Amino acid sequence: MTVVRHTWFMVVRQAVNLMREPIWIVMMIIQPMVWLILYGQLFKNVTRLGGFGTGSYITFLAPAIVVMNGFFGATWSGMSMINDLEHKVVERFLATPASRVSIVLSQIVRSALTAAIQAVIILLVALALGVRIHTGAIGWIVIIVAGMLVNSAFAGISQAIALLTRREATMIAVANFIGLPLLFLSTTMMALSNMPHWMQVTTKFNPVDWGVRAAREVVLPGTSWGTVGWHLLALLALTAVTTAWATSSFRQYQRSL
Amino acid sequence: MTAIEVSDLRKRYGDVQALDGVSFAVQEGEVFGLLGPNGAGKSTTVRVLVTLTKADSGTAAVAGHDVRREQSAVRKSIGYVPQDSGVDVFGTGRENLMLQGRVQGMSGRALNERADELLELVGIADAAGRIVKTYSGGMRRRLDIAMGLVHRPRVLFLDEPTTGLDPEARVAMWHEVSRLAEAESLTILLTTHYLEEADQLANRLAIVSQGRVAVEGTPTELKARLQGDAVHVELENGHVERAQAVLATVGARPEQVLNGNTVVARADDGGRAVPAILSALDGEGIAVASVSVSRPSLDDVYLHFTGRDFSTEDRGG
Repeated sequence: MTVVRHTWFMVVRQAVNLMREPIWIVMMIIQPMVWLILYGQLFKNVTRLGGFGTGSYITFLAPAIVVMNGFFGATWSGMSMINDLEHKVVERFLATPASRVSIVLSQIVRSALTAAIQAVIILLVALALGVRIHTGAIGWIVIIVAGMLVNSAFAGISQAIALLTRREATMIAVANFIGLPLLFLSTTMMALSNMPHWMQVTTKFNPVDWGVRAAREVVLPGTSWGTVGWHLLALLALTAVTTAWATSSFRQYQRSL
Repeated sequence: MTAIEVSDLRKRYGDVQALDGVSFAVQEGEVFGLLGPNGAGKSTTVRVLVTLTKADSGTAAVAGHDVRREQSAVRKSIGYVPQDSGVDVFGTGRENLMLQGRVQGMSGRALNERADELLELVGIADAAGRIVKTYSGGMRRRLDIAMGLVHRPRVLFLDEPTTGLDPEARVAMWHEVSRLAEAESLTILLTTHYLEEADQLANRLAIVSQGRVAVEGTPTELKARLQGDAVHVELENGHVERAQAVLATVGARPEQVLNGNTVVARADDGGRAVPAILSALDGEGIAVASVSVSRPSLDDVYLHFTGRDFSTEDRGG
Protein backbone atom coordinates (compact mmCIF):
# COMPACT_ATOMS: atom_id res chain seq x y z
CA MET A 1 0.00 0.00 0.00
CA THR A 2 2.98 2.19 -0.53
CA VAL A 3 1.19 3.83 -3.45
CA VAL A 4 -1.76 4.92 -1.31
CA ARG A 5 0.47 6.17 1.49
CA HIS A 6 2.83 8.08 -0.78
CA THR A 7 -0.05 9.52 -2.79
CA TRP A 8 -1.56 10.79 0.44
CA PHE A 9 1.73 12.41 1.54
CA MET A 10 2.01 14.18 -1.80
CA VAL A 11 -1.63 15.29 -1.86
CA VAL A 12 -1.14 16.78 1.60
CA ARG A 13 1.96 18.64 0.39
CA GLN A 14 0.05 20.21 -2.50
CA ALA A 15 -3.01 20.97 -0.41
CA VAL A 16 -1.01 22.60 2.40
CA ASN A 17 0.79 24.76 -0.15
CA LEU A 18 -2.50 25.85 -1.73
CA MET A 19 -3.99 26.64 1.67
CA ARG A 20 -1.23 29.19 2.10
CA GLU A 21 -2.45 31.12 -0.97
CA PRO A 22 -5.31 33.35 0.19
CA ILE A 23 -6.07 34.53 -3.36
CA TRP A 24 -6.29 30.97 -4.59
CA ILE A 25 -8.75 30.09 -1.81
CA VAL A 26 -10.93 33.10 -2.54
CA MET A 27 -10.94 32.38 -6.27
CA MET A 28 -11.69 28.73 -5.69
CA ILE A 29 -14.77 29.68 -3.65
CA ILE A 30 -16.00 32.61 -5.70
CA GLN A 31 -15.46 31.42 -9.25
CA PRO A 32 -18.07 28.62 -9.27
CA MET A 33 -20.60 31.02 -7.72
CA VAL A 34 -19.90 33.48 -10.49
CA TRP A 35 -20.61 30.82 -13.13
CA LEU A 36 -23.82 29.80 -11.44
CA ILE A 37 -25.13 33.31 -10.91
CA LEU A 38 -24.00 34.83 -14.24
CA TYR A 39 -25.21 32.01 -16.46
CA GLY A 40 -28.29 31.54 -14.32
CA GLN A 41 -29.28 35.17 -14.81
CA LEU A 42 -28.22 35.52 -18.43
CA PHE A 43 -30.20 32.52 -19.71
CA LYS A 44 -33.05 32.69 -17.20
CA ASN A 45 -35.77 32.92 -19.86
CA VAL A 46 -34.39 30.21 -22.10
CA THR A 47 -36.62 27.56 -20.46
CA ARG A 48 -39.52 29.02 -22.47
CA LEU A 49 -38.09 27.12 -25.43
CA GLY A 50 -39.15 23.93 -23.70
CA GLY A 51 -37.34 20.62 -23.29
CA PHE A 52 -35.65 21.59 -20.02
CA GLY A 53 -37.80 19.38 -17.83
CA THR A 54 -38.30 22.27 -15.43
CA GLY A 55 -39.33 25.89 -15.58
CA SER A 56 -36.47 26.87 -13.27
CA TYR A 57 -33.34 27.42 -15.35
CA ILE A 58 -31.14 27.56 -12.22
CA THR A 59 -32.36 24.07 -11.28
CA PHE A 60 -31.44 22.85 -14.76
CA LEU A 61 -28.09 24.62 -14.62
CA ALA A 62 -26.75 23.96 -11.08
CA PRO A 63 -25.73 20.28 -11.44
CA ALA A 64 -24.14 21.03 -14.82
CA ILE A 65 -22.12 23.90 -13.35
CA VAL A 66 -20.64 21.45 -10.85
CA VAL A 67 -19.47 19.29 -13.75
CA MET A 68 -18.31 22.24 -15.85
CA ASN A 69 -16.31 23.57 -12.95
CA GLY A 70 -14.65 20.20 -12.45
CA PHE A 71 -13.82 20.12 -16.14
CA PHE A 72 -12.30 23.61 -16.24
CA GLY A 73 -10.24 22.93 -13.12
CA ALA A 74 -8.90 19.74 -14.66
CA THR A 75 -7.63 21.38 -17.83
CA TRP A 76 -5.22 23.43 -15.67
CA SER A 77 -4.13 20.64 -13.34
CA GLY A 78 -0.94 19.99 -15.36
CA MET A 79 0.42 23.42 -14.44
CA SER A 80 1.31 22.19 -10.98
CA MET A 81 3.21 19.23 -12.50
CA ILE A 82 5.14 21.57 -14.78
CA ASN A 83 6.05 23.65 -11.76
CA ASP A 84 7.33 20.58 -9.92
CA LEU A 85 9.30 19.48 -12.99
CA GLU A 86 10.83 22.92 -13.38
CA HIS A 87 11.83 23.16 -9.74
CA LYS A 88 13.26 19.62 -9.97
CA VAL A 89 10.97 18.50 -7.14
CA VAL A 90 10.14 15.45 -9.25
CA GLU A 91 13.80 14.57 -9.73
CA ARG A 92 14.37 14.73 -6.01
CA PHE A 93 11.55 12.24 -5.47
CA LEU A 94 12.97 10.00 -8.19
CA ALA A 95 16.22 9.58 -6.27
CA THR A 96 14.23 8.25 -3.29
CA PRO A 97 12.07 5.12 -2.95
CA ALA A 98 8.98 7.34 -3.48
CA SER A 99 6.29 5.56 -5.49
CA ARG A 100 6.49 6.73 -9.12
CA VAL A 101 2.78 6.26 -9.68
CA SER A 102 2.03 8.43 -6.64
CA ILE A 103 3.86 11.38 -8.14
CA VAL A 104 1.30 11.48 -10.97
CA LEU A 105 -1.69 10.14 -9.07
CA SER A 106 -1.36 12.73 -6.31
CA GLN A 107 -1.79 15.51 -8.88
CA ILE A 108 -5.02 13.96 -10.16
CA VAL A 109 -6.35 13.28 -6.65
CA ARG A 110 -5.56 16.84 -5.53
CA SER A 111 -7.38 18.16 -8.58
CA ALA A 112 -10.42 15.96 -7.93
CA LEU A 113 -10.56 16.94 -4.25
CA THR A 114 -10.56 20.60 -5.22
CA ALA A 115 -13.42 19.88 -7.61
CA ALA A 116 -15.32 18.15 -4.79
CA ILE A 117 -14.94 21.10 -2.42
CA GLN A 118 -16.13 23.46 -5.15
CA ALA A 119 -19.05 21.14 -5.91
CA VAL A 120 -20.24 21.42 -2.32
CA ILE A 121 -19.99 25.22 -2.48
CA ILE A 122 -21.94 25.36 -5.74
CA LEU A 123 -24.65 23.09 -4.38
CA LEU A 124 -24.97 25.16 -1.22
CA VAL A 125 -25.35 28.35 -3.24
CA ALA A 126 -27.86 26.59 -5.49
CA LEU A 127 -29.80 25.51 -2.42
CA ALA A 128 -29.90 29.12 -1.27
CA LEU A 129 -31.17 30.12 -4.72
CA GLY A 130 -34.07 27.72 -4.35
CA VAL A 131 -32.76 24.67 -6.23
CA ARG A 132 -34.14 21.42 -4.80
CA ILE A 133 -32.46 18.11 -5.59
CA HIS A 134 -35.24 15.60 -6.07
CA THR A 135 -33.31 12.53 -4.96
CA GLY A 136 -31.98 14.18 -1.80
CA ALA A 137 -28.68 13.19 -0.17
CA ILE A 138 -27.88 10.46 -2.70
CA GLY A 139 -28.39 13.05 -5.42
CA TRP A 140 -25.84 15.34 -3.80
CA ILE A 141 -23.33 12.49 -3.78
CA VAL A 142 -23.99 11.62 -7.43
CA ILE A 143 -23.46 15.24 -8.50
CA ILE A 144 -20.23 15.55 -6.53
CA VAL A 145 -18.96 12.22 -7.88
CA ALA A 146 -19.84 13.26 -11.44
CA GLY A 147 -17.85 16.48 -10.97
CA MET A 148 -14.89 14.57 -9.54
CA LEU A 149 -14.90 11.95 -12.30
CA VAL A 150 -15.03 14.48 -15.12
CA ASN A 151 -12.25 16.30 -13.34
CA SER A 152 -10.09 13.17 -12.95
CA ALA A 153 -10.62 12.08 -16.54
CA PHE A 154 -9.43 15.42 -17.92
CA ALA A 155 -6.76 15.87 -15.23
CA GLY A 156 -5.21 12.65 -16.54
CA ILE A 157 -5.03 14.21 -20.01
CA SER A 158 -3.67 17.45 -18.60
CA GLN A 159 -0.96 15.60 -16.65
CA ALA A 160 0.02 13.59 -19.72
CA ILE A 161 0.36 16.75 -21.79
CA ALA A 162 2.33 18.44 -19.01
CA LEU A 163 4.74 15.50 -18.84
CA LEU A 164 5.14 15.20 -22.60
CA THR A 165 5.58 18.90 -23.41
CA ARG A 166 6.87 20.30 -20.07
CA ARG A 167 5.90 23.78 -21.25
CA GLU A 168 3.41 26.15 -19.67
CA ALA A 169 2.63 27.83 -22.99
CA THR A 170 1.53 24.52 -24.51
CA MET A 171 -0.62 23.76 -21.47
CA ILE A 172 -2.37 27.11 -21.72
CA ALA A 173 -2.98 26.66 -25.44
CA VAL A 174 -4.46 23.19 -25.00
CA ALA A 175 -6.64 24.25 -22.06
CA ASN A 176 -8.03 27.17 -24.05
CA PHE A 177 -8.50 25.06 -27.14
CA ILE A 178 -10.59 22.33 -25.53
CA GLY A 179 -12.31 24.36 -22.79
CA LEU A 180 -15.12 26.30 -24.43
CA PRO A 181 -15.78 23.96 -27.39
CA LEU A 182 -16.40 20.98 -25.10
CA LEU A 183 -18.60 23.18 -22.93
CA PHE A 184 -20.77 24.27 -25.88
CA LEU A 185 -20.87 20.75 -27.29
CA SER A 186 -22.62 19.65 -24.11
CA THR A 187 -26.03 20.17 -22.57
CA THR A 188 -24.53 22.23 -19.75
CA MET A 189 -26.48 25.36 -20.65
CA MET A 190 -28.98 24.20 -23.28
CA ALA A 191 -31.57 21.45 -23.42
CA LEU A 192 -30.69 18.72 -25.92
CA SER A 193 -33.84 19.15 -28.01
CA ASN A 194 -32.98 22.79 -28.73
CA MET A 195 -29.57 21.98 -30.18
CA PRO A 196 -28.82 21.50 -33.89
CA HIS A 197 -28.88 17.85 -34.84
CA TRP A 198 -25.16 17.47 -35.39
CA MET A 199 -24.49 18.93 -31.96
CA GLN A 200 -26.98 16.57 -30.38
CA VAL A 201 -24.94 13.72 -31.87
CA THR A 202 -21.58 15.07 -30.70
CA THR A 203 -22.76 15.44 -27.09
CA LYS A 204 -22.95 11.64 -26.96
CA PHE A 205 -19.16 11.48 -27.39
CA ASN A 206 -18.35 14.33 -25.05
CA PRO A 207 -17.24 13.14 -21.59
CA VAL A 208 -18.25 16.51 -20.14
CA ASP A 209 -21.79 15.76 -21.21
CA TRP A 210 -21.68 12.28 -19.65
CA GLY A 211 -21.09 14.01 -16.33
CA VAL A 212 -23.78 16.61 -16.98
CA ARG A 213 -26.36 13.94 -17.83
CA ALA A 214 -25.58 11.89 -14.72
CA ALA A 215 -25.65 14.94 -12.46
CA ARG A 216 -28.83 16.42 -13.92
CA GLU A 217 -30.65 13.11 -13.85
CA VAL A 218 -30.79 13.12 -10.04
CA VAL A 219 -32.06 16.68 -9.73
CA LEU A 220 -35.34 16.42 -11.57
CA PRO A 221 -38.22 14.00 -10.90
CA GLY A 222 -38.30 10.77 -12.90
CA THR A 223 -34.68 9.86 -12.28
CA SER A 224 -33.39 6.95 -14.38
CA TRP A 225 -30.72 5.27 -12.26
CA GLY A 226 -29.60 3.33 -15.31
CA THR A 227 -28.68 6.59 -17.07
CA VAL A 228 -26.83 7.75 -13.97
CA GLY A 229 -24.98 4.48 -13.56
CA TRP A 230 -23.89 4.06 -17.17
CA HIS A 231 -22.60 7.59 -17.50
CA LEU A 232 -20.66 7.41 -14.25
CA LEU A 233 -19.24 4.05 -15.29
CA ALA A 234 -18.15 5.46 -18.65
CA LEU A 235 -16.42 8.31 -16.84
CA LEU A 236 -14.72 5.89 -14.49
CA ALA A 237 -13.44 3.87 -17.44
CA LEU A 238 -12.21 7.02 -19.16
CA THR A 239 -10.46 8.12 -15.97
CA ALA A 240 -8.67 4.77 -15.84
CA VAL A 241 -7.52 5.23 -19.45
CA THR A 242 -6.31 8.82 -19.07
CA THR A 243 -4.58 8.04 -15.76
CA ALA A 244 -2.79 5.17 -17.47
CA TRP A 245 -1.77 7.58 -20.23
CA ALA A 246 -0.45 10.03 -17.63
CA THR A 247 1.60 7.35 -15.87
CA SER A 248 3.02 6.08 -19.14
CA SER A 249 3.95 9.67 -20.02
CA PHE A 250 5.70 9.81 -16.70
CA ARG A 251 7.79 6.76 -17.62
CA GLN A 252 8.60 8.45 -20.91
CA TYR A 253 9.75 11.52 -19.00
CA GLN A 254 11.94 9.32 -16.78
CA ARG A 255 13.56 7.74 -19.82
CA SER A 256 14.40 11.19 -21.17
CA LEU A 257 16.51 12.00 -18.08
CA MET B 1 35.13 -1.65 1.86
CA THR B 2 34.15 -0.05 -1.43
CA ALA B 3 31.23 2.37 -1.16
CA ILE B 4 31.04 3.31 -4.83
CA GLU B 5 32.40 1.33 -7.73
CA VAL B 6 32.11 2.72 -11.24
CA SER B 7 33.33 0.89 -14.29
CA ASP B 8 33.43 2.15 -17.85
CA LEU B 9 30.18 4.17 -17.80
CA ARG B 10 29.08 5.54 -21.15
CA LYS B 11 26.14 7.80 -21.90
CA ARG B 12 25.25 9.69 -25.03
CA TYR B 13 22.69 12.50 -25.32
CA GLY B 14 22.04 13.09 -29.00
CA ASP B 15 25.35 14.21 -30.46
CA VAL B 16 27.05 14.67 -27.12
CA GLN B 17 29.03 11.85 -25.57
CA ALA B 18 28.44 12.93 -21.97
CA LEU B 19 30.24 9.94 -20.45
CA ASP B 20 32.98 8.25 -22.40
CA GLY B 21 34.16 5.43 -20.17
CA VAL B 22 34.16 6.79 -16.61
CA SER B 23 35.74 4.51 -14.00
CA PHE B 24 36.69 5.11 -10.37
CA ALA B 25 36.19 3.68 -6.91
CA VAL B 26 35.41 5.31 -3.57
CA GLN B 27 36.22 3.65 -0.25
CA GLU B 28 33.83 3.75 2.69
CA GLY B 29 34.26 6.86 4.83
CA GLU B 30 36.05 8.85 2.14
CA VAL B 31 35.18 12.30 0.90
CA PHE B 32 35.76 11.85 -2.80
CA GLY B 33 35.74 14.72 -5.27
CA LEU B 34 34.89 14.69 -8.94
CA LEU B 35 36.62 17.77 -10.26
CA GLY B 36 36.16 19.18 -13.71
CA PRO B 37 34.81 22.08 -15.71
CA ASN B 38 31.13 22.47 -16.58
CA GLY B 39 30.04 19.88 -19.09
CA ALA B 40 32.82 17.41 -18.24
CA GLY B 41 30.33 14.72 -17.21
CA LYS B 42 30.39 15.04 -13.41
CA SER B 43 26.67 15.60 -12.94
CA THR B 44 25.77 12.90 -15.44
CA THR B 45 27.94 10.46 -13.49
CA VAL B 46 26.16 11.37 -10.27
CA ARG B 47 22.74 11.07 -11.94
CA VAL B 48 23.60 7.55 -13.04
CA LEU B 49 24.77 6.66 -9.52
CA VAL B 50 21.57 7.95 -7.85
CA THR B 51 19.40 5.99 -10.36
CA LEU B 52 17.95 9.07 -12.08
CA THR B 53 19.56 8.30 -15.41
CA LYS B 54 20.42 5.02 -17.05
CA ALA B 55 23.86 4.69 -18.60
CA ASP B 56 24.08 3.27 -22.11
CA SER B 57 26.74 0.82 -20.97
CA GLY B 58 29.09 0.11 -18.10
CA THR B 59 28.34 -0.86 -14.52
CA ALA B 60 28.11 0.96 -11.22
CA ALA B 61 27.40 -0.10 -7.66
CA VAL B 62 26.62 2.07 -4.65
CA ALA B 63 26.78 0.67 -1.10
CA GLY B 64 27.09 -2.77 -2.65
CA HIS B 65 23.96 -2.48 -4.82
CA ASP B 66 23.93 -2.40 -8.60
CA VAL B 67 22.39 0.89 -9.77
CA ARG B 68 20.57 -0.80 -12.63
CA ARG B 69 19.25 -4.00 -11.04
CA GLU B 70 18.80 -2.98 -7.40
CA GLN B 71 17.45 0.53 -7.75
CA SER B 72 15.30 0.59 -4.65
CA ALA B 73 18.12 -0.70 -2.45
CA VAL B 74 20.36 2.03 -3.86
CA ARG B 75 17.72 4.70 -3.26
CA LYS B 76 17.35 3.65 0.39
CA SER B 77 21.06 3.83 1.07
CA ILE B 78 21.87 7.15 -0.57
CA GLY B 79 21.22 10.80 0.05
CA TYR B 80 21.21 13.00 -3.04
CA VAL B 81 21.67 16.75 -2.95
CA PRO B 82 21.12 17.83 -6.55
CA GLN B 83 22.66 20.85 -8.16
CA ASP B 84 19.22 22.42 -8.67
CA SER B 85 18.04 21.83 -5.14
CA GLY B 86 14.61 20.33 -5.82
CA VAL B 87 13.02 21.53 -2.59
CA ASP B 88 9.41 22.62 -2.77
CA VAL B 89 9.87 26.37 -2.41
CA PHE B 90 6.21 26.85 -1.51
CA GLY B 91 6.52 24.59 1.51
CA THR B 92 8.31 25.27 4.79
CA GLY B 93 11.75 23.87 5.54
CA ARG B 94 10.33 21.47 8.07
CA GLU B 95 7.56 20.24 5.75
CA ASN B 96 10.12 19.50 3.05
CA LEU B 97 12.27 17.61 5.49
CA MET B 98 9.36 15.61 6.92
CA LEU B 99 8.06 14.64 3.49
CA GLN B 100 11.51 13.50 2.45
CA GLY B 101 11.64 11.33 5.58
CA ARG B 102 8.18 9.91 4.93
CA VAL B 103 8.93 8.77 1.39
CA GLN B 104 12.06 7.16 2.83
CA GLY B 105 9.77 5.14 5.10
CA MET B 106 10.19 7.06 8.35
CA SER B 107 7.32 8.15 10.56
CA GLY B 108 6.12 9.25 13.97
CA ARG B 109 8.42 10.26 16.75
CA ALA B 110 11.55 8.91 15.10
CA LEU B 111 11.00 11.19 12.13
CA ASN B 112 10.10 14.21 14.26
CA GLU B 113 13.20 13.83 16.38
CA ARG B 114 15.41 13.27 13.36
CA ALA B 115 14.01 16.41 11.71
CA ASP B 116 14.68 18.48 14.84
CA GLU B 117 18.18 17.08 15.12
CA LEU B 118 19.03 17.84 11.49
CA LEU B 119 17.54 21.34 11.47
CA GLU B 120 19.73 22.02 14.48
CA LEU B 121 22.77 20.35 12.92
CA VAL B 122 22.67 22.38 9.71
CA GLY B 123 21.74 25.55 11.60
CA ILE B 124 18.31 26.44 10.20
CA ALA B 125 16.16 25.46 13.20
CA ASP B 126 14.97 29.05 13.61
CA ALA B 127 13.77 29.24 10.00
CA ALA B 128 12.21 25.76 9.88
CA GLY B 129 8.64 27.12 9.95
CA ARG B 130 9.19 29.57 7.13
CA ILE B 131 8.44 29.09 3.44
CA VAL B 132 11.62 28.09 1.59
CA LYS B 133 11.04 30.91 -0.89
CA THR B 134 12.14 33.33 1.83
CA TYR B 135 15.46 31.51 2.46
CA SER B 136 18.86 32.80 1.38
CA GLY B 137 20.93 30.67 -1.01
CA GLY B 138 23.04 29.35 1.85
CA MET B 139 20.02 28.42 3.98
CA ARG B 140 18.42 26.64 1.06
CA ARG B 141 21.60 24.63 0.54
CA ARG B 142 21.62 23.67 4.21
CA LEU B 143 18.05 22.46 3.92
CA ASP B 144 19.00 20.50 0.78
CA ILE B 145 21.73 18.76 2.72
CA ALA B 146 19.46 18.06 5.70
CA MET B 147 16.96 16.47 3.28
CA GLY B 148 19.70 14.32 1.83
CA LEU B 149 20.62 13.11 5.32
CA VAL B 150 17.20 12.57 6.89
CA HIS B 151 17.11 8.76 6.55
CA ARG B 152 20.73 8.31 7.69
CA PRO B 153 22.12 7.26 4.31
CA ARG B 154 25.49 5.56 4.02
CA VAL B 155 26.53 7.50 0.95
CA LEU B 156 25.82 11.16 0.29
CA PHE B 157 26.03 12.71 -3.17
CA LEU B 158 26.62 16.45 -3.27
CA ASP B 159 26.35 17.84 -6.77
CA GLU B 160 28.07 21.23 -6.87
CA PRO B 161 27.28 21.97 -3.21
CA THR B 162 28.54 25.55 -3.24
CA THR B 163 27.63 26.78 -6.73
CA GLY B 164 25.72 30.03 -6.49
CA LEU B 165 26.88 30.78 -2.96
CA ASP B 166 28.89 33.89 -2.11
CA PRO B 167 32.51 33.25 -1.02
CA GLU B 168 31.70 33.57 2.66
CA ALA B 169 28.83 31.12 2.51
CA ARG B 170 31.03 28.80 0.46
CA VAL B 171 33.70 28.62 3.14
CA ALA B 172 31.01 28.08 5.77
CA MET B 173 29.62 25.23 3.66
CA TRP B 174 33.04 23.60 3.45
CA HIS B 175 33.26 23.50 7.23
CA GLU B 176 29.74 22.16 7.34
CA VAL B 177 30.43 19.32 4.93
CA SER B 178 33.61 18.27 6.73
CA ARG B 179 31.76 18.31 10.03
CA LEU B 180 28.82 16.32 8.68
CA ALA B 181 31.08 13.72 7.11
CA GLU B 182 32.47 13.10 10.58
CA ALA B 183 29.27 13.44 12.60
CA GLU B 184 27.28 11.08 10.38
CA SER B 185 30.23 8.82 9.41
CA LEU B 186 29.36 9.15 5.76
CA THR B 187 30.94 8.40 2.48
CA ILE B 188 30.61 11.56 0.41
CA LEU B 189 30.92 11.98 -3.31
CA LEU B 190 30.96 15.61 -4.30
CA THR B 191 31.32 17.24 -7.66
CA THR B 192 32.80 20.65 -8.04
CA HIS B 193 34.30 22.95 -10.60
CA TYR B 194 36.12 24.88 -7.90
CA LEU B 195 39.68 23.69 -7.63
CA GLU B 196 40.11 25.05 -4.11
CA GLU B 197 36.95 23.29 -3.05
CA ALA B 198 38.30 19.92 -4.13
CA ASP B 199 41.59 20.75 -2.45
CA GLN B 200 39.85 21.72 0.80
CA LEU B 201 37.31 18.96 1.07
CA ALA B 202 38.31 15.84 -0.77
CA ASN B 203 40.50 13.11 0.67
CA ARG B 204 40.83 11.84 -2.84
CA LEU B 205 39.70 13.10 -6.19
CA ALA B 206 39.30 12.24 -9.80
CA ILE B 207 39.76 14.85 -12.47
CA VAL B 208 37.04 14.50 -15.07
CA SER B 209 37.49 15.87 -18.53
CA GLN B 210 35.38 15.27 -21.63
CA GLY B 211 33.48 12.32 -20.21
CA ARG B 212 36.38 10.42 -18.71
CA VAL B 213 38.60 10.37 -15.65
CA ALA B 214 41.93 11.93 -16.57
CA VAL B 215 43.64 11.09 -13.29
CA GLU B 216 42.78 9.94 -9.76
CA GLY B 217 44.60 10.43 -6.45
CA THR B 218 44.88 12.51 -3.27
CA PRO B 219 45.36 16.24 -3.87
CA THR B 220 48.87 15.96 -2.39
CA GLU B 221 49.78 13.00 -4.60
CA LEU B 222 48.55 14.72 -7.70
CA LYS B 223 50.49 17.86 -6.94
CA ALA B 224 53.62 15.85 -6.10
CA ARG B 225 53.46 14.16 -9.48
CA LEU B 226 54.07 17.51 -11.14
CA GLN B 227 57.57 17.83 -9.62
CA GLY B 228 58.56 21.41 -9.22
CA ASP B 229 57.03 24.85 -9.48
CA ALA B 230 55.19 26.24 -12.45
CA VAL B 231 56.85 29.14 -14.23
CA HIS B 232 54.58 31.10 -16.59
CA VAL B 233 56.49 33.29 -19.04
CA GLU B 234 54.33 35.60 -21.09
CA LEU B 235 56.09 36.78 -24.26
CA GLU B 236 55.73 40.22 -25.78
CA ASN B 237 55.97 39.27 -29.45
CA GLY B 238 55.54 35.49 -29.68
CA HIS B 239 58.62 33.41 -30.62
CA VAL B 240 57.17 30.64 -28.47
CA GLU B 241 59.26 27.83 -29.90
CA ARG B 242 62.53 29.67 -29.56
CA ALA B 243 61.64 30.61 -26.02
CA GLN B 244 60.93 26.98 -25.17
CA ALA B 245 64.34 25.98 -26.47
CA VAL B 246 66.01 28.71 -24.43
CA LEU B 247 64.17 27.68 -21.25
CA ALA B 248 65.32 24.09 -21.67
CA THR B 249 68.95 25.23 -21.68
CA VAL B 250 68.61 26.80 -18.21
CA GLY B 251 66.98 23.80 -16.51
CA ALA B 252 63.31 24.70 -16.88
CA ARG B 253 61.18 21.98 -18.52
CA PRO B 254 58.69 23.52 -20.97
CA GLU B 255 55.30 21.80 -20.70
CA GLN B 256 52.58 23.79 -22.38
CA VAL B 257 51.72 26.91 -24.28
CA LEU B 258 48.74 29.00 -23.22
CA ASN B 259 46.92 31.47 -25.45
CA GLY B 260 49.73 31.22 -28.02
CA ASN B 261 52.01 33.57 -26.10
CA THR B 262 52.64 32.09 -22.68
CA VAL B 263 55.12 29.30 -22.08
CA VAL B 264 54.52 27.16 -19.01
CA ALA B 265 57.59 25.36 -17.69
CA ARG B 266 58.47 23.36 -14.59
CA ALA B 267 61.52 24.21 -12.51
CA ASP B 268 62.67 22.51 -9.32
CA ASP B 269 63.06 25.85 -7.59
CA GLY B 270 61.06 28.44 -9.49
CA GLY B 271 62.32 31.44 -7.52
CA ARG B 272 65.91 30.71 -8.38
CA ALA B 273 65.19 29.82 -11.97
CA VAL B 274 63.61 33.16 -12.87
CA PRO B 275 66.77 35.33 -13.10
CA ALA B 276 68.46 32.70 -15.28
CA ILE B 277 65.40 32.43 -17.50
CA LEU B 278 65.12 36.18 -17.93
CA SER B 279 68.77 36.72 -18.79
CA ALA B 280 68.80 33.78 -21.22
CA LEU B 281 65.69 35.12 -23.03
CA ASP B 282 67.16 38.64 -23.01
CA GLY B 283 70.37 37.27 -24.55
CA GLU B 284 68.31 35.83 -27.40
CA GLY B 285 66.44 39.09 -27.89
CA ILE B 286 63.05 37.67 -26.86
CA ALA B 287 60.94 40.28 -25.07
CA VAL B 288 59.12 39.17 -21.91
CA ALA B 289 55.82 40.75 -20.82
CA SER B 290 55.49 39.00 -17.46
CA VAL B 291 56.78 36.11 -15.41
CA SER B 292 55.10 34.34 -12.57
CA VAL B 293 56.04 31.43 -10.35
CA SER B 294 53.56 29.28 -8.49
CA ARG B 295 53.71 26.29 -6.21
CA PRO B 296 51.94 23.31 -7.78
CA SER B 297 48.19 23.80 -7.51
CA LEU B 298 45.26 21.78 -8.73
CA ASP B 299 45.08 24.26 -11.59
CA ASP B 300 48.44 22.97 -12.70
CA VAL B 301 47.34 19.40 -12.11
CA TYR B 302 44.37 19.97 -14.36
CA LEU B 303 46.50 21.58 -17.02
CA HIS B 304 49.11 18.85 -16.76
CA PHE B 305 46.76 15.89 -17.03
CA THR B 306 44.22 17.20 -19.51
CA GLY B 307 46.40 19.56 -21.55
CA ARG B 308 43.82 22.31 -21.13
CA ASP B 309 43.59 25.43 -19.02
CA PHE B 310 40.97 25.03 -16.35
CA SER B 311 39.47 28.50 -16.24
CA THR B 312 39.24 28.85 -20.03
CA GLU B 313 37.65 25.44 -20.26
CA ASP B 314 35.17 26.16 -17.49
CA ARG B 315 34.03 29.42 -19.05
CA GLY B 316 33.73 27.77 -22.43
CA GLY B 317 31.71 24.89 -21.02
